[in-house]
This record gives sequence, C-alpha cells and structure tokens, in this order.
Amino acid sequence: MKTSTLVIRTPEGIVFAQSLAGPVTRFLAWFIDLLVILVILIVLEISFSLLGIVAGGFAIALGIVGWFVIWVGYGIFFEWSWRGQTIGKKLFRLRVVDVEGMRLQFNQIVVRNLLRFVDTLPLFYFAGGVACWLSPRCQRLGDLAANTVVVRSPRVFEPDLDQLLAGKFNSLRQFPHLVARLRQNASPVEAGIALQTLLRRDEFEPVARVEIFNDLAAHFRAKVEFPPEATDGLADEQYLRNVVDVLYRTRGERETLKR
Amino acid sequence: MIVDLQRFIANERSYWAELEKQLDHLESDPEAKMSLQQLQRFHQLYERTAAGLARINTFSSEPETKRYLENLVSRAYGEIHETRDRQRKFYPLEWVLQTLPQTFRRHIGAFYLAVAITVAGCLFGGGAIALDPDSKPVLMPFSALMQDPAKRVAEEEKAQGDPLHGMKSTFSAQLMTNNIKVAILTLALGVSWGFGTILILFYNGINLGAVAVDYIRAGETKFLLGWLMPHGVIEIPAILIAGQAGFMLAMAIIGRGNRLTLQTRMRAIAPDVVTLIFGVALLLVWAGFVEAFLSQYHEPIIPYDVKIAFGCVELTLLFLFLSKSGRRNEDRQEMGK
Repeated sequence: MKTSTLVIRTPEGIVFAQSLAGPVTRFLAWFIDLLVILVILIVLEISFSLLGIVAGGFAIALGIVGWFVIWVGYGIFFEWSWRGQTIGKKLFRLRVVDVEGMRLQFNQIVVRNLLRFVDTLPLFYFAGGVACWLSPRCQRLGDLAANTVVVRSPRVFEPDLDQLLAGKFNSLRQFPHLVARLRQNASPVEAGIALQTLLRRDEFEPVARVEIFNDLAAHFRAKVEFPPEATDGLADEQYLRNVVDVLYRTRGERETLKR
Repeated sequence: MIVDLQRFIANERSYWAELEKQLDHLESDPEAKMSLQQLQRFHQLYERTAAGLARINTFSSEPETKRYLENLVSRAYGEIHETRDRQRKFYPLEWVLQTLPQTFRRHIGAFYLAVAITVAGCLFGGGAIALDPDSKPVLMPFSALMQDPAKRVAEEEKAQGDPLHGMKSTFSAQLMTNNIKVAILTLALGVSWGFGTILILFYNGINLGAVAVDYIRAGETKFLLGWLMPHGVIEIPAILIAGQAGFMLAMAIIGRGNRLTLQTRMRAIAPDVVTLIFGVALLLVWAGFVEAFLSQYHEPIIPYDVKIAFGCVELTLLFLFLSKSGRRNEDRQEMGK
C-alpha cells in the first residue's frame, strides 16, 4: 500500500514518523543537481583546456577522468559529507535516510548512487520513476537495493516557548476582579483557540495574522471590559497574550515559572 | 490539561536541548567516541525524550513540539540502535590486501557463475564465426575488427613510428572510464533479478569468442595473444568480478532458500558489493594504462613473446592475489569464531 510517511516504532514502543518525498520533488532536486554538475563540468572543461596548452594530451586525459569522477561521484560525495543531502536535496529540504531509521552507511550511499545507472534507463529516470511510483515508500531501484528512502527534512527548531511562558508585566492583572470574571466567562474551547493562535503565529501570513488577532481580541474584549489604563497602547496580539496568560496561569504558578 | 503541558515543557526543555547538542556533536564528527558515562547520559536523555514524545502524542494540539521531539528521537534512535559496525578509519593497504580478496573468495560461487555465462557466450560467438563467417558484422564489437585479421596484422607490423603519439593518455582515460561504466552497469543490472547482468556477460563472451576464433582461423594466434593478453587478463576478470557483484545483488533480491527479509538480505551484501566494485575500478584503471601504453604496440616495436610473458605474469599475480592474499588473517578470524 502506498504511504506518504515512514513510520518507525522503536523497541521502547515509541512511534515517530517522517514524511516521504514524492517523485516530483525528487525529480526537481535531481534537476538542480544536474545543473550544478553541468556548471562544475563546464568549469572543469575550461580549466583543463587552459592546462592543455601546457600539458597537451595529459590535460585532456585528466579532463576525461575528472568528468567521469564528478558524474559518478557527485552524489556519493555530497550524500556522505552532508548526511544524505546533495545541493538539490538541501534546497528542497529532502534527505536520504536508512529505511529503518538507522545511521546511513557509506556502502548504502555508494549502492544507491551506482544503481542510478539502471534507474536512468532508458532515458530520464524512466525505470527509477516507475519503481518510485509503484513502490509503497516511493523508492527507486537504487533505494530498494540500498535500503534507503528519501524523506522531507523540514528545518525543525525548538518551539518558541517564550510565547507561552512570557513572564512579562501583564496590565490586566492589576484588576483581579475583572480577571476572575474573564476566567468565568471564557469557555475552555475559546481559551484553547487563543492559545493555539499564539503558538502558531509564525505559520500565518502577515495580513491573516493581523486579522485573526484583531477578531480574537475583539471577541475577548466583548466578554469583559477592562478599564482604558489596562488596555491603552496594547496591540491586539499583546492583548491576547495577556488574556491567555491570565486564563492559564494563576499568580502562584507564574511566580513558580519565573523562578 | 494544557497547564500540565506548559509545566511539562518547562521541565523537559533543558533535557531536549542537551540531547540536541550531543546529537549535533555526533553527527558533525563521524569519528566521535563517547565514554561509558557519556553513553549512559546519552541513553538516559534519549529515553527521557522518547517518553516525552509518547506523552506529547496525546496532545493533538501541540504539533510543533511533537515535530521537534520526533526529529530528536529519530536522530538519537539511529545512533543508539545501529548494530552494524561503525565506520572505521579507512586503511587503503589493508583494504587492498585483505578486505578485497577475502570478499572475492566469500562469494566465489557468484564469480563461477559469471565465468560460466561468459564462457557460454565465447562458445556461442566462436561457434557462430566458425560455422558462419558471414555473421561477422553482427558479432564483432566494433567496425575496426571487420577487416581480414591477416591483413590487419600485416598493416600493424608495417606501421612506422608511434601510432598513438600524443594520444596515449587520452586513449587510456577513455578506456578506463568506458570500462568502469560497463562494469557499473553489469553490477547495477543485478537488480533485474540478474537478467541484465547475464545479458552483458553473455554479450561480452560472444564478442570475445568471435574475435578469438576469427584470428585463430586466420593463423594469427600469436598476434591475438600479444594484443589481448597484457590488458585482457586484468580487464576480463574485472568485468567478471562486476558480474559476480551483480549476481550477489540478484541472489539477495531473489532470496531463494533464505528466510531473511529482503531488507536484511540487501543489508548483508551491500558492503561486499561496494568492496568488489571499487576493486573492479582499480583493476580497470591498471588495464586502461596497459592497453594504451603496451597492448597497441606490436612487433617489431615490442616482441609478441614479451607481451605474452607480461600477460602471463599479470595473470599469475592476479590469481595469487585473489586466491591467497589475506588468507592468514582470514584463518585467524575463523579460529576466533
């Protein structure tokens, strides 16, 4: 069965998943690599032509060997040095990984790159493309032989937890009775929506972000009206942050987290 | 519930950061080694983070942290559960003198199969030329061999000066790269359940048999041996070894009589396949040099006896190398078992 994720279950019973790259993205990454190889070959050609003025046939021979080494060795060199990535794969955030999540070994990289000779048959990766299409994990023949898959490797950062654990001055807290009323009026679902909006703020387009914070701030302002000295000069996003802070943390918890 | 999540994240983030730092270090330096204490700490951090991932999986509303933890756990999992030998430092001499011949001998059955198919091709090609000389245009690998062997020998022996003057290195490079390409294809076609490898070996055999019988029938056996032996005794075994690697791949794919999974079978043979193909490349580099710098020169420039003797010495050395080199070390390993 075709799947878009590589699911690995560890002996500890932990399950984690990695998204598999599709044939189109892989083809585009390969196309970029092809362009890079062509540029390197052109530079090599020019260099050896110049060297040929001095060294004659020997320079041409070096050029032929160099051409071959780059053509065959480009993928091996980069995938080994950059742990499963070439320039094209890096641009498209793809990575070659072991099919069981193990450390990628040198022989796996060599096998998958040498089998490219068959994957490209008869033209333009036809054999590899068909194998990729039919394989449940989108593996070309080289991947099947080397026990590798190509996964999407999005840049993963530690989540910006400071959005959640702000610890800054919160003007709403100057009015404890209004805070208590807000806690009473806001449902868990509403509170959850506000929290998720803050956590995912960087995923929104700038215009959409302004609109959603505007709507949510207006929604919570309608629930409890705080005096102007608490809300003046507060942007919608900051207002929402203060609301989430008072909804989810009592003063005691706040002090604990600060320490 | 979410308050718990916040506390959980606040408590755990320092461990995640520590694990991430250790992983970055391990990944940036393949030679990095850890002390027992560091290993214990690393394992502890992995288990803690894995447990964290299991907990956070219950919060459908926390995709970013989940993704981050999945990334950490998958990286650490690869480091901890890898049971194959960690890449050792590469020692070229040890590899050439021990690893390569030992690997060749370990899979000698696949080599014999490659030899048998090539010999079958030779018999077919030789028989076809002997029985039907008009089939020459179909059987000869390139047009230069279409002419009458006796006429060619006469022309070669009459030639004045160096026929490859200023072109030897270029010719040699072309031979090397072309032969290595053929060898890689012979290996890679093993994924077609071995059919592609069989075709290439059989076709090579046909060419070789046809050329040999054509020259023998014309009474030019000595020229043939002097022309082919210096490079052929290396080049032909190299292609046969590529075929051997191709058959190893094919046998792993077919898996007849083997209860292991395809993945396990492929994992088991991949290092040996890589060793053999690198060995083949080395042999073909040598063959390329010899073909350009020696094989193309005939009497009176170089006597045929010298060339044949050179070929015999090469063949003997290759035989000794593949059959004997690294034996002592191999015996010691077997006694250790």
